[in-house]
Amino acid sequence: MIVEIGHFALILALVVAFAQGTVPLIGAHRGDALWMAAARPAALTQAVLVAMAFGALMHAYVTSDFSVLNVINNSHSTKPLIYKISGVWGNHEGSMLLWVLILAVFGAAVAVFGRHLPPGLSARALSVQALIAFGFLLFILFTSNPFERVALAPADGRDLNPLLQDPGLAFHPPFLYLGYVGFSVAFSFAIAALLEGRVDAAWARWVRPWTLAAWTFLTAGIGLGSWWAYYELGWGGWWYWDPVENASFMPWLAGTALLHSAVVVEKRDTLKGWTIFLAIVAFSLSLLGTFLVRSGVLTSVHAFAVDPARGVFILVLLLVAIGGSFALFAWRGPALMPGGLFRPVSREGALLLNNLLLATATAVILLGTLYPLFIDAVGGAKVSVGPPFFDSVFVPLMVPLVAALAVGPLLPWKRGDLAGALGRLKLAFVLAAAAVVGIWFVFDRGSVLAVLGLGLAAWLAVGVVVEIAGRIHLLGIAPVASLRRLLGLPRAAWGMTLAHFGLAVLVAGVTASSAWKVEKIQTMRPGDTVEVAGYTYRFEGARDVQGPNYAATRGRFTVTRDGEPFVVLEPEKRLYPVQQMPTTEAAIRSTFLGDLYAVIGDAEGNEGGFVTRLYFNPLVPWIWAGILLMVAGGVASLSDRRHRVGAPGRRPLTTEAASAKA
Amino acid sequence: MKRLLFLLPLFAFVVLAGYLALGLTKDPHVLPSVLIDQEVPPFDLPPIKGREAGFRRDDLLGQVSLVNIFGSWCVACRIEHPFLMRIKEERRVPLHGIDWREETLEAGPAWLARFGDPYTLIGDDPRSVAAIAFGVTGAPETFVVDKRGFIRYKHIGPLTPEVWEKTIGPMIEELRRQ
Repeated sequence: MIVEIGHFALILALVVAFAQGTVPLIGAHRGDALWMAAARPAALTQAVLVAMAFGALMHAYVTSDFSVLNVINNSHSTKPLIYKISGVWGNHEGSMLLWVLILAVFGAAVAVFGRHLPPGLSARALSVQALIAFGFLLFILFTSNPFERVALAPADGRDLNPLLQDPGLAFHPPFLYLGYVGFSVAFSFAIAALLEGRVDAAWARWVRPWTLAAWTFLTAGIGLGSWWAYYELGWGGWWYWDPVENASFMPWLAGTALLHSAVVVEKRDTLKGWTIFLAIVAFSLSLLGTFLVRSGVLTSVHAFAVDPARGVFILVLLLVAIGGSFALFAWRGPALMPGGLFRPVSREGALLLNNLLLATATAVILLGTLYPLFIDAVGGAKVSVGPPFFDSVFVPLMVPLVAALAVGPLLPWKRGDLAGALGRLKLAFVLAAAAVVGIWFVFDRGSVLAVLGLGLAAWLAVGVVVEIAGRIHLLGIAPVASLRRLLGLPRAAWGMTLAHFGLAVLVAGVTASSAWKVEKIQTMRPGDTVEVAGYTYRFEGARDVQGPNYAATRGRFTVTRDGEPFVVLEPEKRLYPVQQMPTTEAAIRSTFLGDLYAVIGDAEGNEGGFVTRLYFNPLVPWIWAGILLMVAGGVASLSDRRHRVGAPGRRPLTTEAASAKA
Repeated sequence: MKRLLFLLPLFAFVVLAGYLALGLTKDPHVLPSVLIDQEVPPFDLPPIKGREAGFRRDDLLGQVSLVNIFGSWCVACRIEHPFLMRIKEERRVPLHGIDWREETLEAGPAWLARFGDPYTLIGDDPRSVAAIAFGVTGAPETFVVDKRGFIRYKHIGPLTPEVWEKTIGPMIEELRRQ
């Protein structure tokens, strides 16, 4: 019964989405306030209906209702509760429902927090949001119905892919989708602005917090995903340039560019067409990512839901959404008034450079990801594009980006003084050079590029500190006064500082972990010892253990350092009997300088020997710390009063809007 | 001029959508193979480091066997690897390997030492000599070769228990009876 209510709620949501996607749009066109006012209650109703549908599906999972096909295929009665819940989105139908739920929740949030928006803009944006929902609801109801029942309920389900039964992956999709779908708000506002024919500082001010929220979620989502790949796949790596990873990384890059160009629109009322373009691109790439993952056009280790029939539907959806918005952009974009001029060396110039580099990076990753498809479509060979390509094109684009990032925030708007800014960075240069020399001596086997990478990270980190020190006049005035200034800084400034500093930490982590990884693979019998990066691992043997829905072999290593006991590592190799699938559970001990990482493989010989893989992954914790700092930066900036979505149109906002119109 | 600039994204997208549509008409898992039911052309590969025997065409004669294309650089090969080990342990069928496009002499042997070696014979094929003979398009790929040395089936991508049960297992049974 509950399942049928869920299904019915979803159909009602489709009807509401259709109304919300048409009535306010027509109302805005005619200037009819009543029709426009329909948008807000419709958005709230739609969110409630989709939430009911989602709740019904979750109920079926939690109660293990095996009369529902989707539950049979993806759940099992012995599965722990948390994975029964995460199983809801661990499959195609459920994940699409989560997608629409998040879309509807964002729509409702715009309706609630956007009460102070100009009615025309708000009505149009909510309509566009509803049109997207309409397309996806059609898709779910016609090709991917999660509420399908079976005539004869089996005794138990087929269980969820064991790789997905993991806390990291349980929460990875919701965050990723909050990011993906969050860009829909910027997209809807961009379309609404094109329809209105007006983009101004006020528009940028409304769009920025939504973009920032989406960016923050996406950063967290990608971080969770690579953390999961790191400890669950057991290969000691955390990023593989896999098509599905790229599908989430491209919107992130475009979203990062959008975040920065929207600042220029807000402060300087220029780069408008470009910003609208980025808003469309960021969400289009999210849609494209969904298409790539769901259609089976590209094969990937991650693609666990593949069906060409659904691909056709999503392609049509892409054609309407992306093609339609680019057509609108081509039609209305040229009419956008160009804003203030600026010199190449200025804050705007630096942000433009950031945008060009990020956009180029997005474009090459798009090209690399789709290249196999292009070649196949023209009848060429099946090819795959791997990490060497991505590394060789992505890194050279990121080097100038990171190098310039230390300088950009030191440049004033309109017209900057490069020599002055570089002069303030003397300290950063000296410290970065010292870091390069120091690291060079510590790791005599180090690669030149890796050492320079760490130098770059140091340059950025010190640059960030120099910038904030300048803001609080550190050393220029009394320390107490400086401290007062520090505490008085707007949260948005803190946000920028944290995020940029996080990037420096991330760059250091990425560089060191790829350059100085130590990997030892061998067969070990109980009592054998192996030394990895100064730690001695003694294999104590392995025993069988029984989990709730799996059987495992658990190995035991006692790790000592200089003869002192350091830690006991217990990696597992699990077998999930229902799906007959093995998984590895790496045992990891993080230290400031890197991770001790142990994996146990297959049994070898008859004397209790096992294949073991022992790694030392330098600075990997820095990667997670860097991502956390970036997320913290996003949250801090989001909490800034000036960004607060609900903050009413205060004085500066209205005057700026008025002057922009003039 | 400016108008053209604003039209550019639309054009780019239309081209992209065209390719996506073409892509949908093709199943990435199904690849044309002109070599099905053809005799494997002669090849003679040297052994990989640490092994005595190489791998050549005539090794395929006399019994039904599988030929698996792998490489230490190939992520998907790691995915199918546990299943290949199972084939070896259960002695289902001789499984030969072609170690394809390794950049160093050590890479392939190190990979096998790390994850286990499921292969009866292995040939080292850094320059794609045998890979071209088999019509390989990527790794991993697995070929079913009959007693006379004819390619009878080609599986693209990681070998899974499902593929084994539905296709390859029954096919081997049938080829053995012939």
